[in-house]
Amino acid sequence: MKYPKDGRFGEFGGKYIPETLVPAIEELEENYLKFKDNKDFKRELDYYLKQYAGRPTPLYYAKNLSEKCGGAKIYLKREDLLHGGAHKINNTLGQALLAKKMNKKRIIAETGAGQHGVATAMACAVLGMKSEVYMGYKDTIRQKLNVYRMNMLGAKVHPVKSGSKTLKDAINEAIRDWITNVESTYYLLGSAVGPHPYPVMVRDFQSVIGEEIKVQMKKISKTPDIVIACVGGGSNAIGTFYPLVDTNAEIIGVEAAGKGLKSKYHSATLSAGSKGVLHGMMTYLLQDDEGQITETHSISAGLDYPGVGPEHSYLKDTKRVKYHSATDAEVIDAFLMLTRTEGIIPALESAHAIAEAMKVAKKSKKSESIVVTLSGRGDKDVEEVQKYLSKHVKN
Amino acid sequence: MSRIKEKFAELSAKKEKALIAYIMVGYPNENATISAVRGLIKGGADIIELGFPFSDPLADGPIIQNASTVSLDNGTKLNKFFNIVKKIRKETDIPLILMTYTNILYHKGYSKFIVEAKNAGIDGFILPDMSIEESKEYLASAKNAADTIFLISPNTTKSRIERITKLSSGFLYLVAVYGTTGVKIGIQNYTLNAIKEVKKITKGKLPVGVGFGVSTPEDVKKYIKAGADAVIVGSAFLKLIEKTPQNKLESSIATFTKSLKRQTVQT
Repeated sequence: MKYPKDGRFGEFGGKYIPETLVPAIEELEENYLKFKDNKDFKRELDYYLKQYAGRPTPLYYAKNLSEKCGGAKIYLKREDLLHGGAHKINNTLGQALLAKKMNKKRIIAETGAGQHGVATAMACAVLGMKSEVYMGYKDTIRQKLNVYRMNMLGAKVHPVKSGSKTLKDAINEAIRDWITNVESTYYLLGSAVGPHPYPVMVRDFQSVIGEEIKVQMKKISKTPDIVIACVGGGSNAIGTFYPLVDTNAEIIGVEAAGKGLKSKYHSATLSAGSKGVLHGMMTYLLQDDEGQITETHSISAGLDYPGVGPEHSYLKDTKRVKYHSATDAEVIDAFLMLTRTEGIIPALESAHAIAEAMKVAKKSKKSESIVVTLSGRGDKDVEEVQKYLSKHVKN
Repeated sequence: MSRIKEKFAELSAKKEKALIAYIMVGYPNENATISAVRGLIKGGADIIELGFPFSDPLADGPIIQNASTVSLDNGTKLNKFFNIVKKIRKETDIPLILMTYTNILYHKGYSKFIVEAKNAGIDGFILPDMSIEESKEYLASAKNAADTIFLISPNTTKSRIERITKLSSGFLYLVAVYGTTGVKIGIQNYTLNAIKEVKKITKGKLPVGVGFGVSTPEDVKKYIKAGADAVIVGSAFLKLIEKTPQNKLESSIATFTKSLKRQTVQT
């Protein structure tokens, strides 16, 4: 769906928003449509993506990991090598530039693992804007390295102590701020969620991932046979998938199964959720029998979210993309495996995609190729992994 | 004619404006809700908004957020909520409005939910995250069953206010200030101007109620003077409920309600 004018992907998406935000959302859509194909805007964004963020990122053949799995060739799309250490900078540079064109002086953002917060703080620093970031209190503790980084980059971090104290609540609080400061403030949403036009805008800014994969794979052989990315809100996944949905590639999104889909402790919205309305969009949600949003769990803060981007809901229902999940235990295994075979420390979010790739590769032919988007690097996670290992691994 | 429309007609004949009171059902428990409602009626409230808690109340400030959490933690479910509404309905004919978020209705199915609510005694709905663009099924389900009260904001354009007015029934809810419920920034000139502008557009066909941050008799007086047909007070009642022991709740609420209601009676 190129640009859904009604803001809907099938029945999903839309804009379920307080009336105060309507003029802001209309202003945003108007400006996005004005600038998205504007030559100067694209040139400026392209400059920052190349010279500042480090695009294009390599498509690395993970020979050791592939051999270990004993099946298909696994290629890693190295978004972890971007400035800031994750794919998030693709979107924050795009939106921060847009905000600048709109003469917005104040930027707010939400963050889960802190990667979007860091990427926002960086984009705002380089473009000379002020940023404030809402982050669940629980996440400020388990990802405190990123809190330090945001502070040093000049962003003000607001720990959110309401609700489950994670990404969902950070979004609530960012929306409340936006309602209060609607005239002066640009809300720089980091995931492919929220009211229209955010899901489509974030997808477009992240689509550089899939576009590069297409070109890079062509040089190697053909379009990939299988494409895999992790899904929380789903920004790196939609950026990977969208340019490839028209190819023959088999596409798999990987959600966080936490302690198992049968336990209450997971964040696998598409695998185990039902339709509903949250954060301005209609999409799949994890909710109870009366529509109250339930608490989620994942070892990775970035996937710890009870909703998902509406386009993923659409791709699930139309069966174009398969959505699987990986448990915390599988993720730790994948994290260690990639670290030890390739010397690459993946973010725990991205390790979900690696876990799936390892399963799929074993069942695939050697002639086949799997592309995995490695959405971020795992420096932020080493403390959490160490804690997990000392708790779970008996020597 | 709906209870809400009748109420506005009755008040208009008496040259009075409406005091609308909001409380969160189940905050901090069922007994408090019943006592608070009795106090509101005794004190002269004209319409009561009953909040049903939602896990993610993104248009609400800290006071209503906290009340939602407490109510949910105490086990407020829809069945219990509707039973409380039925109890209240047995005692009074006052118009009752259900305020909650879209997902609660969507999840059960708009039609099914609205029928059940109406049978319990609910006269209308306020859903702060329901925009007119997404309201087709909601409106069709509420038609001839309940009033649909939409919100407008001081930054809503004239043409949009016209569209929203057409889809609204009962009254039009003007959000007084940029912010969430319970916000404390005082009375703003832009709000007073907005009241006048909105009244020009509705031309008396639909009453205009002003809410968000309205908490004192002085606030009520100023908004009524600016032309509001109704004022909505919410967080201030919840604060009073929080600090008042159960045995004094009914009388304290009644006293506070009286002080607010007095300002809606033209002298």
